[in-house]
Amino acid sequence: MAVMTEGNLSGAAATAAAVGAITRAKRIDIVVAACGVVIMVMAMGLLLTLIGDLAIRGLGRIDYQFLTSFPSRRPENAGILSAWVGSILVMLTTAVLAIPIGVLAGLYLEEYARKNWISNLIEINVANLAGVPSIIYGLLALGLFVYGLNLGKTILVAGMTLGLLILPIVIVSTREAIRSIPLIVKEAAYGLGADKWQVMWHYIIPAARPGILTGAIVGLSRAIGETAPIITIGALTFIAFLPPPPITDSFPFISFAWLHDQFTVLPIQMFNWVSRPQEGFHINAAATGVVLMVLTLALNGMAIYIRYRLRRSVRN
Amino acid sequence: MPSPIPTADDLIRNGYIRRRRAIGTMMALIMFACAALSVFVTTAIVVILVEESWMFFREVPILDFLTGTMWTPVFTDAQFGVLPLLVSTLQVAFLALLIAIPMGTVMAIYLSEYASTAVRETIKPALELLEAVPTVVYGYFALIVMTPFLQKFIPGLAGINLLVPSIILGIMILPYVVSVSEDAMRAVPNGLREGAYALGMSRWQVAFRVVLPGAMSGVTAAYILGMSRAVGETMVVAIAAGQNPNLTFDPREGAATITAYIVQMSLGDLPRGTLAYSTIFSTGLLLFVITLMFNIAGFYLRKRFREVY
Repeated sequence: MAVMTEGNLSGAAATAAAVGAITRAKRIDIVVAACGVVIMVMAMGLLLTLIGDLAIRGLGRIDYQFLTSFPSRRPENAGILSAWVGSILVMLTTAVLAIPIGVLAGLYLEEYARKNWISNLIEINVANLAGVPSIIYGLLALGLFVYGLNLGKTILVAGMTLGLLILPIVIVSTREAIRSIPLIVKEAAYGLGADKWQVMWHYIIPAARPGILTGAIVGLSRAIGETAPIITIGALTFIAFLPPPPITDSFPFISFAWLHDQFTVLPIQMFNWVSRPQEGFHINAAATGVVLMVLTLALNGMAIYIRYRLRRSVRN
Repeated sequence: MPSPIPTADDLIRNGYIRRRRAIGTMMALIMFACAALSVFVTTAIVVILVEESWMFFREVPILDFLTGTMWTPVFTDAQFGVLPLLVSTLQVAFLALLIAIPMGTVMAIYLSEYASTAVRETIKPALELLEAVPTVVYGYFALIVMTPFLQKFIPGLAGINLLVPSIILGIMILPYVVSVSEDAMRAVPNGLREGAYALGMSRWQVAFRVVLPGAMSGVTAAYILGMSRAVGETMVVAIAAGQNPNLTFDPREGAATITAYIVQMSLGDLPRGTLAYSTIFSTGLLLFVITLMFNIAGFYLRKRFREVY
């Protein structure tokens, strides 16, 4: 700035001042960039410390006994059998409920909805639901499913609760995936005489599949770590049994009795062990944390990989 | 034998067209129902929270609830002043923002104005991993690892405190703050940047004097939405900030937040229908109203920002 205001500077002095200003600016640029890198390193450092600490404390505890035992009063006898079985069954229920509903809702908003107050209302609601704290979903489930519909504290209720929780994630990712499909696909299908639903079912949904899948996986990875809504429906209990198996040896060979059974899940088990004073339980908590982290990181890795593949194929 | 390719007449006669039309209408209705579910869920949340806390607010006047400084719902001489819970909730959210705002803003500027595409594409998924860690794992980390470590440096830091969960929460909401503010910064039209460069501005001047002010409403939305998340976060505070309703402004002490209180009451075995039990819905209603206000403010700031450019 000094260069501009002092017009009577000699040429050499002006050049020197300009060079000085540029060097200063370059130096500030380096500082800003360094700040960005330092913050990144700090955040990643924290994440690595967390993972490292869990691994050091918990990895040694994970063995066959730990994976095949029920919770126990003695930490060295305790295990996470009922927790991981419960987590898998709850995730299954969540996925079966949330993915179809979310995809159909996204399809409606993107392809069918006319611009009127109803679709506006729905859009605002989806945006708002994405920001509602998870524990509020737990209170909703407690009031509506447990007391209102008298469904009890079952796997079905947990699946429905988490399904509602991840619904906005599935809807938003479905809409983004549909929006990125080139118009030609639709026009060609209509040109061949397909009706609207045929276009959706045979062309739009398959073309949007990778994007939908990414959203669904991210949603499930969030649901698998959710603790608060499940505590709120009252599921923190001592579970030393497994739900009845889904496959039976008599007709009709498939049983849904497990949906109505009590359960526990991995994050609940971990919370239970963290809040006890004994060191042995803290080690069990760390081991459960390792299992949880492996599951969530694997799911997220999958989502990142699909997104990466998708982006490459779009570019080509 | 009929011809292998049916004519339009055939399709009408054998009901194919009618069948397709029926399927189309049915699917459109099903899809509408799925989308309308979101309206139902919001309504159900409001109805359940209001209905279940109705009994509570008949016994306890709202003003007493909002201004009372004692929260002892299970004592024989029960007091229902929510301030201790509210103060610690807002304190944790405020401290978390104190970490997330400067870090998030600088990070967003770095990503939008400095980093190359390759760097950005690597950093963003890595940052998202911070968001993916289950909150109960963060809670474990805060209580068992971070607190003992920080006790060596901060005198008077209790084993259960508000400070450590706030730091963890700040890191947790960082990716969200970064991604919303970076979106806002990248939406600033390139013409503004080019004009500023043409006037001889350097890169940091463009970033801090042109892009950041230009993206301010979007960046503010990021802060507000981050605040909303911090207020509603549960497990980290339930594990590491304790469950003792304690009206304090010293983050080195432990104090229950609204969410931690709801968790604590859900763990107990109080029967439904008691006044003490209905507090989980009245505090839940308060929490919902607070986050709703933040969400609406954030929503409109973001929308206004999109309209400007």
